[in-house]
Amino acid sequence: MREDGGGALKVVVRLARPLQVHAGGATCIDLELPSPVTVGAVVGAITIAHPAVARRVCDETGVLRRHVNIFVGADNVRDLEGLDTVVPEQVEITVLPAVSGG
Amino acid sequence: MLEDGPIDASAGDVVVLAGTSKGLFVLSSSATRQRWQLRGPWFRGEAIYAAALDFRGGRSRLLVGATSAHWGPSVYRSDDLGGSWVEPEPGTLAFPDRTGAAVARVWQLQPAGEAMPDVVYAGVEPAALFCSLDGGETFALDENLWAHPHRPQWQPGGGGLCLHTIVPDPAGRPRLGIAISSAGFYRTLDGVTWAAANTGIRAPFLPDPTPEFGQCVHKVDRHPTEPDTLFLQHHWGVYRSDDFGGQWREVGADSLPSTFGFPVVADPNRAGVAYVLPLTSDEFRCVPEGRFRVYKTADGGESWQALDKGLPQDNAWLAVLRDGFAADSAEPTGLYIGTRTGEIFASPDAGESWTELARHLPPVLCVKTAVVR
Repeated sequence: MREDGGGALKVVVRLARPLQVHAGGATCIDLELPSPVTVGAVVGAITIAHPAVARRVCDETGVLRRHVNIFVGADNVRDLEGLDTVVPEQVEITVLPAVSGG
Repeated sequence: MLEDGPIDASAGDVVVLAGTSKGLFVLSSSATRQRWQLRGPWFRGEAIYAAALDFRGGRSRLLVGATSAHWGPSVYRSDDLGGSWVEPEPGTLAFPDRTGAAVARVWQLQPAGEAMPDVVYAGVEPAALFCSLDGGETFALDENLWAHPHRPQWQPGGGGLCLHTIVPDPAGRPRLGIAISSAGFYRTLDGVTWAAANTGIRAPFLPDPTPEFGQCVHKVDRHPTEPDTLFLQHHWGVYRSDDFGGQWREVGADSLPSTFGFPVVADPNRAGVAYVLPLTSDEFRCVPEGRFRVYKTADGGESWQALDKGLPQDNAWLAVLRDGFAADSAEPTGLYIGTRTGEIFASPDAGESWTELARHLPPVLCVKTAVVR
């Protein structure tokens, strides 16, 4: 949610189970980022807090891995603007393995 | 990632790592190598193309290059024989930003010789060499090979454009050899300048069968006390070099049922002794006649003899990948083969007799072994 005057957005990122071990067992990551927030900015913040999670989501060139999906609410960012997709207020992000990878 | 606790092994025991498409399996035995314990899988669901056992410099380290179809590649290490695993932080093995490249798979983890106990090399896809100076905790790209003018012309083989073989100098000299599918063999003599070293290797799959590079080298190995002598299994042809790749000569074509194959293993205890696993052809890629036979040379590759005692000889349409064959340094030499159909075969007597240690495993991608110190 946007905070008055702060221009910041609180973002909740829900992690697939295989990623949780790389986030100290956390099922989700809570972030607070300057608004507007893109999915790419979320991944960037995760890179700092949990690099072992971030590199499993994007490779070292910053490209979303082929068989990983990021959802903003119910929408796959591949159907939106990719990592440039803007995260609306009060909408959770979910990172899941794609069925194509298994 | 961790399953099953540490490997039950102590000094003098033999450990075999079998990397498969679905994780890492471990076999361990006493020095007699008569009774084996199978553990695993560790890193479930991840393809293990690279693994190493490193007992140099007083360490007891396992290194694993794992690739998840979803989450990408990682290098893990364990200093307690698999009791716990860690991943380098920050970042695992990765290309520098300026390259614009991303590691797709770790194909090889190769400790350097005893004289350089902290050096570990890694070969990756896309074809590049990385070097670690801290025993595999952090890696840096070999910029000189990456900048080689041939690199834009390298073509991928069936497994991708991978640097799959690394031949360090056992005495600690800076020279190093590497093989890339399908760019061929490259070497550096000073640790800085890289050059293609494929003279004499025929490439019948190219319009010019003797190009400077573009050969499809499948594997290279050498004996530790004869570092100038290399054995090479090419896409077609088994070759030998006596000057660390300066010149190659095809050997043994008259005594092998096929010169196509993937692994070649130099016996670590006997100079001039090596082993190959011929496959019928590059189109069929199964052992000839449905008979699983290892071929051994004791004269530097000039002649080869079949070894089949204990190996399946009836409708055994097996195949072995380039890293699916390894030899230990115990006496007599132990040999270990993992197949694409999940069998592990072992010989405790330099190939004279064989037993099946495991079956029904996932496809075996690599086999590595060492005597525990």
